[in-house]
Amino acid sequence: MAQPAVVAQLEAALGRDSVLSNPSELTVYEYDGSDEALAGSHRPDVVVLPQTAQQVQQVVKIARAMGMPVTARGGGTGLAGGAIAVQGGILVALTKMDRILEINTRDRYALVEPGLINLDLSQTTSRDGYFFAPDPSSQRACTIGGNVANNSGGPHCLKYGVTVNHILGLEVVLPDGELLWVGGPSPDVPGVDLTGILVGSEGTLGIVTKAMVRLTRSPEATDVLLAAFPSIEAASSAVSAIIAAGVLPTALEMMDALTITAVESAYHAGYPRDAAAVLLIEIDGLLEVVAENTRLISVICEQQEATEVRVASTQEERDLLWLGRKAALGAMGRLAPNYYLQDTVVPRTKLPVTLQRVEEISKDYKLPVANVFHAGDGNLHPLILFDRHKPGDIERVLHAGTEMIHWCIEVGGAVSGEHGIGLEKKDFLPLVFTTEDLAAMAGLKLSFDPLQLFNPEKVFPSGFSCGEVSALRQQALAARLGIDFV
Amino acid sequence: MTAESEERLGNFFGRNIPDVNVIRSCVHCGFCLPSCPTYRLTKRERSSPRGRIWLMNQVSIGNLELLDPIFEEEMSLCLNCRACEAVCPSGVKYGEILEASRAQIEEHRETPVAEKAARGLAFNVLFSDMKRFRVASHALKLYQRSGVQSAVRKTKLLNVIGLGESEQMLPELSDRFTVPHGETIAALGEKRGHVALFTGCIMSTAYAGVHESTIRVLTRNGFDVTLTADQGCCGALHVHAGEPDGGRKLARANIEAFEKAGFDAIIVNAAGCGAALKEYGHLLKDDPSYADRATAFSSTVRDVVEFLGDAGLSATPGPLNWTVTYQEPCHLAHAQRVTKQPRALITAIPELTLIEMPESSLCCGSAGIYNLIQPDMSSALLTRKLDNALSTGAEAIVSANPGCMLQLAAGLRARGDRRPVIHLIELLDRAYAAAESAAEPESAAAD
Ligand SMILES: Cc1cc2nc3c(=O)[nH]c(=O)nc-3n(C[C@H](O)[C@H](O)[C@H](O)COP(=O)(O)OP(=O)(O)OC[C@H]3O[C@@H](n4cnc5c(N)ncnc54)[C@H](O)[C@@H]3O)c2cc1C
Ligand code: SF4
Ligand code: SF4
Repeated sequence: MAQPAVVAQLEAALGRDSVLSNPSELTVYEYDGSDEALAGSHRPDVVVLPQTAQQVQQVVKIARAMGMPVTARGGGTGLAGGAIAVQGGILVALTKMDRILEINTRDRYALVEPGLINLDLSQTTSRDGYFFAPDPSSQRACTIGGNVANNSGGPHCLKYGVTVNHILGLEVVLPDGELLWVGGPSPDVPGVDLTGILVGSEGTLGIVTKAMVRLTRSPEATDVLLAAFPSIEAASSAVSAIIAAGVLPTALEMMDALTITAVESAYHAGYPRDAAAVLLIEIDGLLEVVAENTRLISVICEQQEATEVRVASTQEERDLLWLGRKAALGAMGRLAPNYYLQDTVVPRTKLPVTLQRVEEISKDYKLPVANVFHAGDGNLHPLILFDRHKPGDIERVLHAGTEMIHWCIEVGGAVSGEHGIGLEKKDFLPLVFTTEDLAAMAGLKLSFDPLQLFNPEKVFPSGFSCGEVSALRQQALAARLGIDFV
Repeated sequence: MTAESEERLGNFFGRNIPDVNVIRSCVHCGFCLPSCPTYRLTKRERSSPRGRIWLMNQVSIGNLELLDPIFEEEMSLCLNCRACEAVCPSGVKYGEILEASRAQIEEHRETPVAEKAARGLAFNVLFSDMKRFRVASHALKLYQRSGVQSAVRKTKLLNVIGLGESEQMLPELSDRFTVPHGETIAALGEKRGHVALFTGCIMSTAYAGVHESTIRVLTRNGFDVTLTADQGCCGALHVHAGEPDGGRKLARANIEAFEKAGFDAIIVNAAGCGAALKEYGHLLKDDPSYADRATAFSSTVRDVVEFLGDAGLSATPGPLNWTVTYQEPCHLAHAQRVTKQPRALITAIPELTLIEMPESSLCCGSAGIYNLIQPDMSSALLTRKLDNALSTGAEAIVSANPGCMLQLAAGLRARGDRRPVIHLIELLDRAYAAAESAAEPESAAAD
């Protein structure tokens, strides 16, 4: 629990209603969307709900004076433990800062607060024929601030790119409590691309208090196609064939039989229950182009042994198919009490072998694995299902997960596709980065946050932060507070 | 689960312990947060479904006291609107664990004597016996007519039937009560089936007119309608308030009243009652002599809107030149997942325009007796609901649940707005009347 003096200062700055310090109300900030058995749960000392950037600045200044860690939190849907206050301290929940400040369709941008829910933005701008392209499956619950911090992607990023491609500018509160604007409505601001550095920094460099995001024109026509396959291999080769044919779908998603079972019992979305795998393919653009591409893709799927190819004819049908896909993760709760999601990327050509390997690992560890993922860009999401109340399950899950990551890196992939590094992935970074790379990252972090108060223990691997980095941090802290650490 | 763990689960103990597997089925994905009215208003995690389930989880593992003030407050602040349940991909049966948690709290907390007396009067005396309920409502009506308003305000009866202490909340009580005696009203035209009407407590007193509309619309569409004798209150208020035993007693009586006749459906026109009747199977699952009968009973229950929407209208409604908006009752949209049929029925009326309001499925704050227990949250939600509804410029608000209708009507009255709030079935009834008498639209619009 926080010292009464800190609580009093925070209350003076934000008002009593916006400062939570009762242990029973802090407990609900111990988790995010990740599995607590794996990411661990940690209780913040105090939670604040600021309503302005100035209040965020005041909070950061108080934290700095007291040497307390600061962790930002949006919708709490992150899958890597990013919003968990590992060292306690102050948790800054940005949920009350959820306004759309400006919509400018002429220059195609919107200025929004970080706590705005992703889908609320697209729903509002859709009236004018625009949308915000990054669409994580969690879009009905995650915030723009969280999207920026994790550089999130979504099914439609195959065509439109991930969050960083849609951020024009940011207002951030830096670890020293100062407010900084980076970027702006015109695309090419000279100088260092600070926006690019801040997007994806997972709250370790600054707290986003405003975002200027790009709006994308809604396409003239959209088709959603569902293709069922007798095997995962057939579905994988269809993916390669589609890409090889030079048609770029907006989204190209794969779901395996186990996922279909979960989704169908949740929503009756109309996925064929007897298929080994389905592809959900979306094509958008000009009316004639869409019609032509849909025809082409249908033919390719049939050539690759598809047992059924269906084009959703109504908006309702399209929405239902997407709902099934987007809620797939949540629906895993119907199969097992817990899941551990691996978010890794492999080159697209390595998809079939990787899926085979995943299946072997699943058998070796006797843990069911469901696959639902962005096939178009090789971003896998094997979901290892388990029950943390069963002795030994957690250990087996961790081992199985590690093996999967090692495999993906071996075939030339990356440790995180889109969910961020957070707490969960940081120890894998040394597998892909050299010591020099990691030192450069640590240097970047320290130049922003010499006291290491912003989202400590995240992103940067612990071997590193425990060694050099925390020594540096202690020095800096000691210098600031005028004390000596022994 | 073993018998022992049934008696204690962390700090839950005794009877009605929430099912630990349901609590654990929440994977804290957060999908439900934006649908939750109390979260939308507070933006505090503890007032969200995920937060509440986590609190239950903490009690279940012994980290939080059952009577922790925050836990008690959140269990009470929840509207039990079930919006979270409708969107949850993991299928968490939220209503079930909420009701069990409330029952646990009720069982173990020190209830102030006055409150105990009021609860006893409400749950054991009034709602448990329809005759008594009618007498009380009758007395209330006399008070209302004779203008002894202060006396009315002092009776806890008003509070109990959800009418609140403020005069604004007083509805125009219907002139007639619906008293079911087992009579059957015959179908008009070609007969399509035989249904029973569940009359309920509040519906049959405050809104007897809705029953009359329901009977007219059903018979006009080819259904014989029986007003089954010996039926009573559905027990929803008991179950929601943490008094499941009272609810079970009423459930058994209702099952006995209806089960012999073998109707095609048991029709309900109050969404809250319908949701409760559909859950008798769960409510009585541990009662060996009633469990199966309860499940069979529940499987024949249909909301009148759901029933007519699915069966299709065989008689064509007349035109109503009117603009309306539809307020979704939580217990229809979320608890029963009936969302398409109401819209199909409304738009089946010629010349009528339906304008959808923003957030049509966000709770209006009525939620049974919620407006009495949590007046601040309730009125904040009502304000939001009315702003949304009136932003459509509709001439009337259509709903399908007495609680919502009372709440909305009271809110409009407080704003000095004379627009009517009507039940969907009354709307259809008016359309049929219009077909028959070719009445002018104006007279249809006057409430
Ligand atoms: C069912 C489900 C499906 C998902 N699908 C996808 C998907 O398809 N694609 C994808 O990329 N991700 C997906 N995710 C992961 C997650 O939803 C995204 O990472 C999302 O962007 C997180 O947003 P949030 O608001 O919930 O952030 P949080 O979880 O609250 O926080 C995430 C990180 O952002 C930081 N942060 C939050 N707000 C700010 C701010 N204002 N300033 C600075 N830092 C901040 C936090 O400190 C933390 O490190 C999914 C998650 C779930 C549960
Ligand atoms: S949607 Fe369901 S699983 Fe997800 S947090 Fe809410 S209750 Fe839990
Ligand atoms: S029942 Fe309604 S108020 Fe209660 S948690 Fe669910 S959505 Fe929120």
